[in-house]
Amino acid sequence: MSATTNLKVLSLRDDRYVEGHRLCAGCAEPIIARQVLMATDKPVVVSNATGCFEVSSSIYPFTSWNVPWIHSAFENAPATIAGVEAAYLALKRKGLIKDEMRFIAFGGDGASYDIGIQSLSGAIERGHHFLYVCLNNEAYMNTGIQRSGATSRGAQTTTCPAGTCVPGKKEFPKNLTKIIIAHDLPYAAQASPHNFKDLIEKSAKGLEANGPSFLNVIAPCPRGWRFDSAKTIEMSKLAVDTCIWPLYEFELGEWRLTADSKRIAEGSKKKLPISEWLKSQGRFSHLSNEKWAYVADEIQANVDKQWKELLRLCKT
Amino acid sequence: MKKIAMNGDQAIALSWKQVDPDVVASYPITPQTIIVETFSEYVADGLVNTEYVCAESEHSAMSICIGASASGARTATATASAGLAFMWEVLYVASGMRLPIVMVVANRALSGPINIHCDHSDAMGARDSGWIQLFGENVQEAYDNSLMAFRVAEHMDIRMPMMTCLDGFIVTHSLERFEPLPDDVVKSFVGPFKYRHSLLDHKNPITMGPFDWTDYYFEHKYQQVEAMKRVTPVVNSVAKDFAKISGRDYQIIEPYKLEDADYAVLAMGSTAGTLKEMVDELRAEGKKVGSIKLRLFRPFPSAELAKMVEGLKGVAIMDRAVSIGAEGPIFPEARSALYDDKQRPRLINYVYGLGGRDIRPEELKHVFNQLIHNEGDTVNYLGVRK
Repeated sequence: MSATTNLKVLSLRDDRYVEGHRLCAGCAEPIIARQVLMATDKPVVVSNATGCFEVSSSIYPFTSWNVPWIHSAFENAPATIAGVEAAYLALKRKGLIKDEMRFIAFGGDGASYDIGIQSLSGAIERGHHFLYVCLNNEAYMNTGIQRSGATSRGAQTTTCPAGTCVPGKKEFPKNLTKIIIAHDLPYAAQASPHNFKDLIEKSAKGLEANGPSFLNVIAPCPRGWRFDSAKTIEMSKLAVDTCIWPLYEFELGEWRLTADSKRIAEGSKKKLPISEWLKSQGRFSHLSNEKWAYVADEIQANVDKQWKELLRLCKT
Repeated sequence: MKKIAMNGDQAIALSWKQVDPDVVASYPITPQTIIVETFSEYVADGLVNTEYVCAESEHSAMSICIGASASGARTATATASAGLAFMWEVLYVASGMRLPIVMVVANRALSGPINIHCDHSDAMGARDSGWIQLFGENVQEAYDNSLMAFRVAEHMDIRMPMMTCLDGFIVTHSLERFEPLPDDVVKSFVGPFKYRHSLLDHKNPITMGPFDWTDYYFEHKYQQVEAMKRVTPVVNSVAKDFAKISGRDYQIIEPYKLEDADYAVLAMGSTAGTLKEMVDELRAEGKKVGSIKLRLFRPFPSAELAKMVEGLKGVAIMDRAVSIGAEGPIFPEARSALYDDKQRPRLINYVYGLGGRDIRPEELKHVFNQLIHNEGDTVNYLGVRK
């Protein structure tokens, strides 16, 4: 299937995730989810890890889900959707199901980087045909902003506060996208909601891949990152423009930069300094203190190092 | 049908082959491993039509079962010990969603210290999880329970996950002659899988596992409590149907030579078999003793137990697990069952066999003699070096 990103066509598709959910104003998650769900007109089943997105969309007896949806626990959304897919294969083989269906799992960065990484790795290794979408807001936001393996170095959270001795999180985040790519799965990508065309195309590629696929999507969180809730899309664009969140894909063994990141690599778009990113969010506000100036330098150095490595992988 | 020799695990795998579940998801763990190994061979040889998923952990195995069962698939798994403990969180999810998953538990001690042999602490740790729990004495029972479990769990009056337990090594690895049923008889006994809702029914989308606030959680738990009350009649009616095809008649709690007995000892699992031998020996010595095999632990057959021990002078409850800081897990439930009975017998508890410590015939004889001579503490530890 070639993905359509034609707005007229997309706007005619049924909404699969509808109004009434209780996510915060300015939350990136419903924006991302709606874009992902627009990427196919085939029937889908969704599995959702515990987190903001789950609790806000399924408060009994209400639901925002217009498609079959299951929440089991925090760390097992991939195993749960693997079970759905296994049932689908079994029942299809027995002729009890005729329709072509697609399977999607959503999890936050806590569910994906930390507590559920085993379930995710196992499901990908076994080759279940599903798309995993990590809604990455870089901390445990549902429980009130605690650090995760995705939290940026220097960011303050309630479990790595900026104190007089410690400047927020000491460690750089792990690179989950690369960890997933190490499984040599058919398709994996990083995306951002500010570029809906890129995100929908990647979702469609993932859904039509011949096996497991993975999308890591930056999901700016006004509450956890401390920025004006009107600036969510602006923030996700800034993540890409500073190259702290590059857009790229891994398709059948080939690494490829996409959209804004590709333009930065080609020189037709400017790579912004990380200071633009750091000063835009309250979670980094303590870094303006002279005492912590070196942290910003280290973050810039790490962004540059990762970017250079990505350019090499993408043969740019 | 002709009797054949198999160990308990192989007999379970055979039962699955005959049922041919839509999905089996599992993770190997001693002493359950032979089940999944044998079933893998059936899959490799195309003898089943099952979608077989080798999970990367027990937590994922149960999570896969949850996804599959919620999608309208007949689903089975097996585990033991630490594997069941690792599933603990999602056991409650399975029962909370009222998914009729069938699971075999090869009873094994919990770490630490690590130990691979039989006791019931794994299953007892899951006693509050909303699963039906049925215990078998030997290979025949393990096979029969495994078949009946599909009918019980999937019954439209209850829709509840069910675990059938067999003693690790003692039953899982012991070669015994038993009588399997013919494939077609099993097929028609189990029947086709039915469901009320399926995630794959995309034209009628359903939200499963939603978030309950304080306004609904209690009601949903209460529905499980009410459903569990409907389990015993279902277990009994399935056992009646099973008797028709097998000639083997099972009760949820089974008396042995209790009619004129003054004293009885109650046990679950393989020890119930040894007890019958002891009763025969002591009867030959002129002692009026009997025994009780507890098959259904959840729901606990309180009324049936109270009725069964009516008129007895003393009953010993054998617990192959211990709640450290309290007593064996069956004991307080049995005591509670008898509390309202003014004529209740003396009830004492023996914690025994932890970590696969053998329970020897003379030890069981000692238990009977303590009952007869009005000896023994309220809670006793049998066969331990103190």
